[in-house]
Amino acid sequence: MFSGDQIVSLLQDVGITHVVTLPDSTLGQWESAIETGGIALIRVCREGEAWAVAAGLHLGGAAPLVMIQCTGLFESGDALRNVLHDWKLPIPSIIGYRSYLNQETLPGDTCLVFTEPILRAWQIDYRLITGPAQYPEMVDHLREGRTDGNPRAVLIAEGRA
Amino acid sequence: MSGTAKLSLIQALQTLHAVRRPGDIVISAMGAARDWMTLGTNPLDLVFVPSSMGQATSLGLGLALARPDRRVIVLSGDGGTLMNLGSLITITACAPTNLVILVFDNGVYEVTGAQPTPASAAGRSGRDRIGFSGLARASGFPSVFRFGSNAEWANRIEEVLSAPGPVFGLLEVAPTIGAPGPRPPGPAPERARKFMAALQSSPSPTR
Repeated sequence: MFSGDQIVSLLQDVGITHVVTLPDSTLGQWESAIETGGIALIRVCREGEAWAVAAGLHLGGAAPLVMIQCTGLFESGDALRNVLHDWKLPIPSIIGYRSYLNQETLPGDTCLVFTEPILRAWQIDYRLITGPAQYPEMVDHLREGRTDGNPRAVLIAEGRA
Repeated sequence: MSGTAKLSLIQALQTLHAVRRPGDIVISAMGAARDWMTLGTNPLDLVFVPSSMGQATSLGLGLALARPDRRVIVLSGDGGTLMNLGSLITITACAPTNLVILVFDNGVYEVTGAQPTPASAAGRSGRDRIGFSGLARASGFPSVFRFGSNAEWANRIEEVLSAPGPVFGLLEVAPTIGAPGPRPPGPAPERARKFMAALQSSPSPTR
């Protein structure tokens, strides 16, 4: 849906300095563009790490963003609870929504059942992005989070291009 | 933990407290946080309570990357380290030279009643024991230390803190049986704001 260059533009527009990530087949395609775009890329071994690394970066004055698949969101619940809610650090995120665009051809992925309820349960203000035309909405949503100090997420639909 | 551990957690922390530079960032978690708080406060102390257990090393990595001008010392436990072993790999992948990880290995989940960890001899069917320093070496830490006595720790602490980083130090300590878990020294968001302000206002040391 988005090229690496578009994602770099998004990150630059929002003022992101570091992307803390574990790839999936969509997010991973953006890594080289992010690195060549002058934004530091930090690869973690498991998604729970990403929130704490981002918290440390934020406390140190950087502007990190967590970029993980929705399965990693499921895995990292306690870490994000601690960072976003105990410490109230406004870490933004890009969440890849596995199978969203393949619901008719590949039904049965339970990511479609749990992803949005879990985002709501964690009280994360998110925007579902299902098409390229929503690019400005992504920028505005993440930028507002930088301004008002609240954690924001964009949930990017994955599947067919 | 070996049955012959001679280090006491509080003595090990007192030794560190005596040589810690004012500009160093110290992140403490779990039992280490509980005892570190008793030694006084420094604006660059980040008492990581409440925490997500095991994430102190990751928090330290982020701070070390954001502030390469400062030494970042993380005080963690063996149980927490087990919960986030992958962070050791992430740390060496990023290779911040200013990060020092100190793991206080008492072999038990102390604050829940001293149940053995799966890495301790008591927690393993074969009664063997997992060596954290070996894990650290295999994870790619360029500087790895292991201490089993207060005297050895006191004699070599400056060497540990000045070794090429990232540094991993294992301190085999006796559990503090019956000790309570750490209590937050105030609301976390307020402490985060104060910490960030202190970091901005305090002069950067030359590492």
